[in-house]
Amino acid sequence: MNRRQFLKSTGVSFVVSGIGAAPWISAHADAAPIKIGVLAPLTGVVAAGGREMVEGTQFYFDGIGNKVAGRNVELIIEDDASNPDTALQKARKLVEQSNVHFLMGNLLANTGLAVANYVKENGTPYFIPIIAADDLTQRGRINNVIRVAGYSASAFTHPLGDWALKQGYRRILTVSQDYSFGHEQCGGLVQVFTEGGGEIVQQFWHPLNTADFSPYLGQIANTKVDAVFVMENGADATRFLQQYANFGLKGQIPLISAMNTTDQSIIRTLGPECEGIVSAAHFAEGADNPTTQKFVADYLAKFNKIPSLFGFSMYSGAMWITLAIEKLGGNVEDREALLAAVRSTELIDSPLGKPVKLDPYGNPIYDVYVRKVLRRADGKFWNVPIETYPNVSQFWKYDPETYMKQPPYSRTFQGIKKS
Amino acid sequence: MRVGHQGAAASVVAPAPTRPIWTASIVVLLLAGLTILHLLLSNYQVGLATEILIFGALAMSIDVLAGFAGRTSLAHGAIFGVAAYVVIYAVTQLGITPVAAFLLGVVGATLVAALFSLVSVRASGVYFLLLTLALGMIVWGICLRWTDVTGGENGLRGTLRSGLLRDARVFYWVVLVSVALLSLAMWRFVRSPFGLTLRGICDSESRMHSLGYNVHFHLFIGFTLSGFFAGVAGGLYAFFNNFVSPSSVALLQSVQGLLMTIVGGVGTLFGSFIGSAAILTLQNVVSSYTERWQSVLGIVFIVIMIFAPEGLIGAARSFLTRVLGKHPRRR
Repeated sequence: MNRRQFLKSTGVSFVVSGIGAAPWISAHADAAPIKIGVLAPLTGVVAAGGREMVEGTQFYFDGIGNKVAGRNVELIIEDDASNPDTALQKARKLVEQSNVHFLMGNLLANTGLAVANYVKENGTPYFIPIIAADDLTQRGRINNVIRVAGYSASAFTHPLGDWALKQGYRRILTVSQDYSFGHEQCGGLVQVFTEGGGEIVQQFWHPLNTADFSPYLGQIANTKVDAVFVMENGADATRFLQQYANFGLKGQIPLISAMNTTDQSIIRTLGPECEGIVSAAHFAEGADNPTTQKFVADYLAKFNKIPSLFGFSMYSGAMWITLAIEKLGGNVEDREALLAAVRSTELIDSPLGKPVKLDPYGNPIYDVYVRKVLRRADGKFWNVPIETYPNVSQFWKYDPETYMKQPPYSRTFQGIKKS
Repeated sequence: MRVGHQGAAASVVAPAPTRPIWTASIVVLLLAGLTILHLLLSNYQVGLATEILIFGALAMSIDVLAGFAGRTSLAHGAIFGVAAYVVIYAVTQLGITPVAAFLLGVVGATLVAALFSLVSVRASGVYFLLLTLALGMIVWGICLRWTDVTGGENGLRGTLRSGLLRDARVFYWVVLVSVALLSLAMWRFVRSPFGLTLRGICDSESRMHSLGYNVHFHLFIGFTLSGFFAGVAGGLYAFFNNFVSPSSVALLQSVQGLLMTIVGGVGTLFGSFIGSAAILTLQNVVSSYTERWQSVLGIVFIVIMIFAPEGLIGAARSFLTRVLGKHPRRR
């Protein structure tokens, strides 16, 4: 036992010290590459999305030969484990040990908010193509946090509310996951819809990871509404859409949704139960323009799947930052200049197929598509634009200052206009 | 000393203070090492060392109960998190000075611990484990749903450190000193006459009862004090992280603390720091190389449980006694 124990423990310590030594050895490989810290949830509840984030980022940089403005690009990818404390730990590691020039990524709002709070202290540029928490580019904006190729949660549901009014819907019921991403997306729709004369009949908030939606679906079946708005992420989305169809509600009550509910990451596993759902977003993989279609075809060829929001956003975000670095001549060491360059850069030739600019608050201004899930010739489903709202601001048609005086959307504040 | 009914975990009660000079010199050497350590490390590694100290203190507070009173708690992560929540809330929402907020956080955690102990000290063994687990889950549920106060899923953020404390190395010093004092307090506590009654309870509750000790009251005090220790660690963590979210009070936090205690060696007190260093370092290093880092951690835990069930310190101690030809450790 004694000798065996000794061998075991020395073995383990050799392995540990070997692993510990590796980063020091590889540190001197290149002259002066541009180091990019990519944070993505590779484990935990949203790991599937995290892997697509990494795919999208690598897909872009591989496509340009991993060289920007003559300098090599070194991606340092860290797993945030879908956990804000881990995200913070990894952000510290990337900034203070790996000495990255800037950070990008994260998926869940709480991980993004934690990292944003950290970079606020030390000024490291942080780009968030996926994090949608409204306040990061509104009430709580931070100079060095920019939402390149991302969107604020309520930015696309504002126009969706307007679209719903135009369809003649007057009574809507909402179903949403009970956390801030849900509150904000719901709030955007609810505010515009009620201010335009619509009525929110009821709002269901359910916890994340709800397995059985029948209590809600039963009540929906017994309520007279013109449409149901649903905001679901991940496995909840799959379950809700399947159960909505199984309940016989599909085709009875029109379903409109937040963009993530009909994102490719969800509908690529679904059948006809997702067909016909309407949502609003900046990106529609079925958009009829050559750059979008080329991107979708290339992605499909490489990864054998139609790109989701995660792959698309990181790809476009990486492209945006690259354009800015080219403009700087590769001088990423000057943080202020990098931030200014990103701010003034217009994203062209991206998979969106349309040029995009940032507003003064660090949030992009998009042409927002109202999209419908349709079946492709090969049997796969995708989102096809049916209407476009040009140049949509994250503040919709409100004055930014007035808008930011109202509280952020939450379970208790949905911007419902009292009539 | 009789072997406790808790099995391997509780049987390794620390040896009696036979050679205090040895212990003292080891502690002094360790402290000296830790004070010069930071000169060799990058800022990030200093941060990691700070985290190791803070979580070591949490693990130690769990060890006070698990190793000496035979009560394994799964609520200490929640108590730790409550302190962090109170500190950040007090600074950002109430505008209290950080020092006062820290004290408030510790008081809050201690009160929560007192409340928990009222509910749970009458139970022991697996029932105690489950009760504390449930209590911890309640705290987690509250933090997740009471959005107005706790910020819900997004948690609370703030900037707590100001002036000199912003410097990672200065902060490391402050944490080192605080944790050293805290561990000294815990070490003294378990060796005090009162601490001995806890060990007595661990060995035989009924005997202590028949000897005239108010067993439940002693456990109540023990639990509350151990909660106080966890609260101090939680307060420090708030300053370290500037951020707290439900994941800080979740079951995983308690389990991780307990794992650190077990890896270091239950009943060894200072083993907690070894456990915390082992787990946090492994986590940070391995997760940079593979997505399967959790599997690697799992395998390491299994290996430790099989080959060193008494923890790393326990294993090292029995190894040393054999090498030095001394009699195996006393029971």
